[in-house]
Amino acid sequence: MTAPPLLELRNLSTHYVSARGTRVVRAVDEVSLSLEAGSTLGIVGESGSGKSTLALTILRLLPPAARITSGEILFEGEDLRTKSDVEMRRIRGQRIAMILQDPMASLNPLFTIGDQVAEPVRVHEGVGRRGAWSRATDLLKAVRISAPESRVREYPHQMSGGMRQRIVGAIAISCSPRLLIADEPTTSLDLTIQAQYLNLLRDLQRQYELALIFITHNLGIVAKMCDQVAVMYAGRLVEWGPVTRIFDAPAHPYTQALLGSIPRMGDGRERLTAIEGQPPDLAAPPPGCAFHPRCPQVMDQCREQAPPETVLAPRHTTRCWLSVPAPEPATVR
Amino acid sequence: MNGSRSAALTVAWRVASFASFRTEGFPLIPMAILGVLIFAAVFANVLAPHDPEVGSLGERFRPPAWQQGGSEKFLLGSDHLGRDVLSRLIFGARISIVVGFTAVVVAGLLGTGLGILSGFLGGWVDQVIMRVTDAWLALPALTFAIFLAAVVGPSAMNIVIILGLAYWTRYARVIRGEVLSLKERDYVRLAIVAGCSKRTIMKRHILPNVLNSAIVLGTLMLGVVVVTEAALSFLGLGVPPPQPAWGLMLADGKKGMMAGYWWLTVLPGCCIMFMVLSANLLGDWLRVKLDPQLRQL
Amino acid sequence: MKRYIVKRVGFAAISLVLLSVTIFLLVRLTGDPTVLLVEPGASQADLEAVRKQFGLDRPLWVQYGHFVSSLVRGDLGHSFYYRTPVLELYLSRLPSSLLLASAAMAFSLLIGIPTGIIAAVRVNQWWDSAGKVFALLGLSLPSFWVGLLLILFFSVYLGWLPSSGSGTAAHLLMPAFALGWYFAAAHMRLTRSSMLDVLGSEYVKLARLKGLPEALVIGKHAFKNALIPVLTLAGINLVIMVNVAVVVETVFAWPGIGRLLYEGIAFRDFPIVQATVILNGAMVVIVSLLVDILYAVIDPRIRLAR
Repeated sequence: MTAPPLLELRNLSTHYVSARGTRVVRAVDEVSLSLEAGSTLGIVGESGSGKSTLALTILRLLPPAARITSGEILFEGEDLRTKSDVEMRRIRGQRIAMILQDPMASLNPLFTIGDQVAEPVRVHEGVGRRGAWSRATDLLKAVRISAPESRVREYPHQMSGGMRQRIVGAIAISCSPRLLIADEPTTSLDLTIQAQYLNLLRDLQRQYELALIFITHNLGIVAKMCDQVAVMYAGRLVEWGPVTRIFDAPAHPYTQALLGSIPRMGDGRERLTAIEGQPPDLAAPPPGCAFHPRCPQVMDQCREQAPPETVLAPRHTTRCWLSVPAPEPATVR
Repeated sequence: MNGSRSAALTVAWRVASFASFRTEGFPLIPMAILGVLIFAAVFANVLAPHDPEVGSLGERFRPPAWQQGGSEKFLLGSDHLGRDVLSRLIFGARISIVVGFTAVVVAGLLGTGLGILSGFLGGWVDQVIMRVTDAWLALPALTFAIFLAAVVGPSAMNIVIILGLAYWTRYARVIRGEVLSLKERDYVRLAIVAGCSKRTIMKRHILPNVLNSAIVLGTLMLGVVVVTEAALSFLGLGVPPPQPAWGLMLADGKKGMMAGYWWLTVLPGCCIMFMVLSANLLGDWLRVKLDPQLRQL
Repeated sequence: MKRYIVKRVGFAAISLVLLSVTIFLLVRLTGDPTVLLVEPGASQADLEAVRKQFGLDRPLWVQYGHFVSSLVRGDLGHSFYYRTPVLELYLSRLPSSLLLASAAMAFSLLIGIPTGIIAAVRVNQWWDSAGKVFALLGLSLPSFWVGLLLILFFSVYLGWLPSSGSGTAAHLLMPAFALGWYFAAAHMRLTRSSMLDVLGSEYVKLARLKGLPEALVIGKHAFKNALIPVLTLAGINLVIMVNVAVVVETVFAWPGIGRLLYEGIAFRDFPIVQATVILNGAMVVIVSLLVDILYAVIDPRIRLAR
């Protein structure tokens, strides 16, 4: 018997409602996926596709205007939607941790590194000041920061960008969480540091048996780091499955376009393939399939009805009319 | 039962909206109040029942008409020289409105002009103007105004100039900041590249765009200026008596206040309060309407 | 940090110089300042004598030199009315004004900061709206009118508090309230917006992601960062309070430098007026400098910079 997945999202939807209830933005629309312990999921999509909102939804740290309108968030078998505020707080930082994009902004300029790294340990595990301080030093060592004993007393502005991102990583793993969500962790880093940082994350993952969710728009990272990939467009999950399968044979036209737009040396192309058009306004999305205005394989049906979730293989789903098998003639309604 | 409660809440929301406590609502009441004050200022001669500067000593310290001892002759009572309070308030509106608006315009012209020059020309012009502004700001406006009034002597004209000189720095800083960011806009850069003279650019491209900020600042400054003018009048440095500046009425009223003649203190103060309140509410609304980025004002 | 401090001291020095120049020129605005510098009711001979004494017939820069050298020596003129050096008068009255300003500042911070924080934490809810009303009233009511109303209510009608003078805590209550009222509103507004900025910051977001209790998020992470601009403003405001207290001190006959200024005006005692304005301005410059230095000590970004 296989163990239940570490994280399972079932038909999860998050909507933003404007103050007077007039505008509804479907930031996350009926997303279903699952993640095993210790494995890595990459979530890709353009800005505004709902990736970050999905992460915040899992942690239930949404702004007041947002509401989870449907679905379940099953973490270690329990639905996080049923948890109280106090219980969620215990989960955050301790069992599920998150790394944000901008490390400079994530660290409070007025407190020392040690103070900020030790905080989750002190709050969740009740460790005293002395113990927390040495834990912090150990954590800095774990993320490969040199001279951790002196660094611990310094302030964020004295660190380089790469170091800050590692510090944020140290904060994330401080209480040995089961799941780590990284929201575009390498976007603000120099290219040369990115590779180092990704290696660090992989090592940490192995060492701490972490499941990793990688939110990114960089398919290269997905190819390198992830076991599974989830492609989001306009809040919907348009394709989800193993990286190898999807990269070899993407089922959804959007995934195909994303993969096709990566320039490759020696492929003989003169012009870059871009995807025509703009992402839709989430408050007034196009009818039917949200991608249809930009889809090179659009059919009439796409304009009228949103495609259902189709299972292509175990743990490989997509939302596209092209993948929906034609109904048997005898059962035409 | 649910319906009437939500109806009551809706009504309350509307009223609060009108009173502009929520910044989206159009400030009907403040505009109405300012309108009334401007109307009173313009038509004072017609509206006021008595001459504001002449009083009959036999009618001193009459309370307002609705109190015992009051009469219809002096609707809002009379002061220590037997002058009608209502008439003085109406003519006082004229002083506050005229002095307030003119001073704001003077400060605005000076401050906006220097702000544009400073921001656009940059270099040593900018440095000099900024140093002067900083030094000017070292003296709080009221102290500065008091000093100037003591030197040149009080008169309506002097007060306007003094207030203008006291407050131009508020404009200069903000406008300069605006101009600095405007300089980076494409249409300004195009104009520079196309060879337009600096003067033309400042006049045709920069000025209209900072006008919004200047107007918002002006409305917000109106309140401050009116309070300062009232303070100056209270200290005896404002528009000279017997002209009925509200601040002066407060100073006069203090004598009667100790004997319980409350209307001489409460009424002029209320006028000041309503005018400043309305100007502030209007300014807040304008600020949100015209440019949400002006939130740092 | 050293560079920062040296720079600030330099600016302060320039400001002081510009201040002296400004006062100097403004006094001569009318062309002939002799009238101001003599006692009311002086004869033509007196005018001539004063003209000679102050060197008013000499070139401008000579006069300025004379002016600055007397400033540096601590000679800020003699009061006609009191027949003592104004500097002495000023220094003797300063403690009273500082007392009043401190009380008013304490009041404004005790009211302003908590209300601002609550308004930010409960943004757009009832508390916030109430706070906005309070801020509006605070900014729209002239301080001296508030003082007058307080006297009317608490002295004339209720007879609880003395209407003028100083000496006991009861004397301090109303003037401090009247003076602090406006600033309470200003501080509330700034605390609120500063707090809102901080609450929307990434590090507060991360603090929540760490699973810290809300009290810790607000009390530790948000609070300290939000307070910095407020305290900076409060420092400057203390001096501004001393300055604008002129009307409140007049209303309550509080024996501070504000009242001294008023006496200078009422008695046409120009040396008092000039000296008070110079000293007030100098005080603003110096306190700004001190606040900047304090800032450098609190904020580690500046303290540890090379």
